[in-house]
Amino acid sequence: MSARVTRRDFLKGTAAVGAGLAAGVGFPAVIRAQGGKEAIKVGVLHSLSGTMAISEAPIKEIVLMAIEEINKTGGVLGRKVEPVVEDPASNWDLFAEKSKKLLLQDKVAAVFGCWTSVSRKSVLPVFEKYNGLLFYPVQYEGEECSKNVIYTGATINQQATPAIDYLMSPEGGGKTKFYLLGSDYVYPRTTNKILRLYLTKVKKVPESDIAEEYTPFHHQDYQTIVGKIKSFGAAGDAAVINTINGDSNVPFFKELANQGLTADRTPTMSFSFAEVELQTLDVKPLVGHLASWNYFMSLRTPENLRWVKAYKAWCAKHGTPDKQCVTDDPMMHAYVHVHLWAKAVAKAESTDVDAVLRALEGLEIDSPVGKYKVDPKNHHTWKPVYLGKIRPDGQFEVVWKSKGWVHPEPWSSVTYPSRECDWSNGGKGTYDLVEGKHVWLSERK
Amino acid sequence: MALRTEVVSLVAVALLVSTGGLVPRGAAAAPGAAGPDFEAIAGQLAAPATQTTAIAALGGLTDPAVEPLLRALKDGALYRWNTGVAVLGDDGALRDLAGRPVLDSRGQPVVPREGQEAIALEQASFGRVQAILERLQVFTGDPEARRSAAFKLGSSHDLTAVPVLARALAKLRLLAAVAATRADAARALGRLRSESALAELRAVLEREADRATRQTMQVAVQSIDSFVFLRSVVGYLFNGLSLGAVLLIMSLGLAVTFGLMGIINMAHGEMLMVGSYTAWVVQELFATHFAAHLDYYFVIALPLSFLTAGLVGLALELGIIRFLYGRPLETLIVTWGIGMIFSQSARLYFGDQTSVNPPTWFRGGVEVLRGLIFPWSRIFIVILALGALAALYLLLRYTYAGLRVQAVMQNRSMAACLGISTRRIDALTFALGTGLAGIGGCALALIGTVDPEVGKTYIVDAFMVVVLGGVGKLVGAVVASLGIGLANKLLEPAIGGTAGAIYAKVAVLAIVIWFLQWKPTGLFPSRGRAATEAAEAG
Repeated sequence: MSARVTRRDFLKGTAAVGAGLAAGVGFPAVIRAQGGKEAIKVGVLHSLSGTMAISEAPIKEIVLMAIEEINKTGGVLGRKVEPVVEDPASNWDLFAEKSKKLLLQDKVAAVFGCWTSVSRKSVLPVFEKYNGLLFYPVQYEGEECSKNVIYTGATINQQATPAIDYLMSPEGGGKTKFYLLGSDYVYPRTTNKILRLYLTKVKKVPESDIAEEYTPFHHQDYQTIVGKIKSFGAAGDAAVINTINGDSNVPFFKELANQGLTADRTPTMSFSFAEVELQTLDVKPLVGHLASWNYFMSLRTPENLRWVKAYKAWCAKHGTPDKQCVTDDPMMHAYVHVHLWAKAVAKAESTDVDAVLRALEGLEIDSPVGKYKVDPKNHHTWKPVYLGKIRPDGQFEVVWKSKGWVHPEPWSSVTYPSRECDWSNGGKGTYDLVEGKHVWLSERK
Repeated sequence: MALRTEVVSLVAVALLVSTGGLVPRGAAAAPGAAGPDFEAIAGQLAAPATQTTAIAALGGLTDPAVEPLLRALKDGALYRWNTGVAVLGDDGALRDLAGRPVLDSRGQPVVPREGQEAIALEQASFGRVQAILERLQVFTGDPEARRSAAFKLGSSHDLTAVPVLARALAKLRLLAAVAATRADAARALGRLRSESALAELRAVLEREADRATRQTMQVAVQSIDSFVFLRSVVGYLFNGLSLGAVLLIMSLGLAVTFGLMGIINMAHGEMLMVGSYTAWVVQELFATHFAAHLDYYFVIALPLSFLTAGLVGLALELGIIRFLYGRPLETLIVTWGIGMIFSQSARLYFGDQTSVNPPTWFRGGVEVLRGLIFPWSRIFIVILALGALAALYLLLRYTYAGLRVQAVMQNRSMAACLGISTRRIDALTFALGTGLAGIGGCALALIGTVDPEVGKTYIVDAFMVVVLGGVGKLVGAVVASLGIGLANKLLEPAIGGTAGAIYAKVAVLAIVIWFLQWKPTGLFPSRGRAATEAAEAG
């Protein structure tokens, strides 16, 4: 009996979804811009379950907080902003499905979402096909420059290469050997490819002084690798460049501490490990290890103090325990890009994607790290770089700061010396400079 | 030896400094501690033109107020205030150099104006400020910080550090002009099995002209090399043993529920997770109620995780699984679903930000050979795995309850005829299996993660161990977990390259598949009529 009901329900459900999709496709996207005083819908596409929830759930919170702030000050163009929250459950295919749903069915004006590069790559065709607008808040490997994405996180030259420079400088310990350790997927592989070239070509580090190693996702046993790092850095002249993702960091750092590898001998510089992830660890053994970001919660600018206070109040209101209520770099980018979008919409006086993109070119905004600016051409952002050392309280002590803004390089100048990206004034995205002429990638067969 | 004397002398220096330093530090809270000189220098930080000289001047001072001042400058928390400077406190209000709140004319605390910029630290001076702060660390009371600072001074290119580190430089004798001194140094390094000096020793050896010294150096290099080799072998064996123990403790519970009872429990990983979360909850309870005895939480957590997971297992058996006996496919799907419900409930209730901190006595490890540390937590897991195994074996082999369990598993109807309540035995055996999983989860939290997804990382390995070992045999689980552990940890360095860990795992899986093709019933197949019948029926 139960089977029959289930089947009937299933058919009904399918029909409803089908009808919904058909209706969604039926209406052209332009109609939503003429909706009078109705709310402007925006999509929030971050995993709230599955492996990535640990990092992505707080991003959803900060995006909702930013939207509430905008609504409190009267919304955008006199209309309220209404978030449509979807949970793609750390499932890459679901990211694409949900983004299609957001664009076609909910007709959102913009989507704030994605964390892992694979999720971004999986939604990219959807956004390009239906001319959507995605704001992506996380540092990533570059080699991408879509018309429909605003990348607010760091590119390699805004995070990784300054970290190498620091480690090789006297203040950073004058390290000359590097152990590149990461999870086995696109971000660590591409980052390390660029870093290896940077180390050998620019920094003249011999190949023999660079080790590279990858572990599968959810790898739990780091005994052998920590042993290798120990031998590699026995003379105290090595540093670990860590691009391990998510939960594997916990067994890695626990092993590191247990085998007596301390930060002053062999420091670990992490690129995907911020305050939020630090709350999941016993911090004591990690004290002194390093991270490179564009923001730290411990920055004592008035803007940041205000922002942290506002987020603490938000946590209290929504029942998040104070201990877990921390801000970090991707959250800062996510918070800033919601406001960036609102500012661009106000400037463009429309939510039309192309108009908003034009308004975003070169747009400046105040952020918890001071001024923050969208590049006039390549859809990435200018921001400062900070290096921090883990403190016993799970926060970072800033040990280095870039001078002002660092420009974004979606195509690393080390791997692609003549490749740039330009979407302004009829630009067609990525191009190579060949004998002074623009050769657009999109026009090559 | 040299290092120890060096540390001792550093401690002595630090004691001298700290006794001298304590007085002004205590007085810093009192008005007027930061003298006019100091304030004048601090004021110079505000102007870019005088900043560099001011920093240099501060570097020569021993005033304890230097540290907070420079730290504020570096963090961008230093503001111009009247003629001098003020520090932005954590509460968002300005404080003067003695730490008192700055009050405006109406007696209200001063908050920086919107858009008011902090005093910018010149890029070129950033490193200098950092160096001064690190030098100040040498004089702090914490021995760990002192050691760390001493190490950093060694590589700081900071000449003022030379006297402090003179003893540490003894190692540099290797570069001495007199051949005998060099030979002595090489002998000493060889005796110390100093891996850290190996690269340098090799480099010196290349240039060495003196024959005798050359030979001495070669001997030293060889002795260090063979020591490093021996150490790696011992290390790999321990790694394998420890991974084997991890696998054993992961799969012991499954060896009972799947091995003995034949229930395909896909929620086994989540039973481990229940154990891990029990450890976390106990830890948090101790942290809030008995913070002074925090370390003892683990003593409570270990048995409690057995009980909790056991009770959860009991409820599962009574509520769901008993209706599915004899229907393996449905059991598989239902328990998979239960596992998902468990992990998402954990996410909703506990959130993702949980971590179990090992008690202090499990931190660090024992140095077996120079540079080779066996972490206490791993040693503990090896012992616990063996202990749990022994307890389970004794229970099944020598107790009346164990006898009944075996009777029911071997021939259910006959056991029922003899008056054994098979239902009760089923329920209790399943609870025992999940309870063991709970213990495993609690122990694994010491070295791994505690998060809602953790069960999924364990389940495949646990099934692999039980299937490889031969369903129904405890000894199979032991041999299989040790075999997989050792094979994995020996293959990992043997394969090497950039993806040793990945290919080792692939290779182990391939070996297991090949082995099961050859011997489908695993290492230790069950014998006897019931098993044969089951095999024929399946």
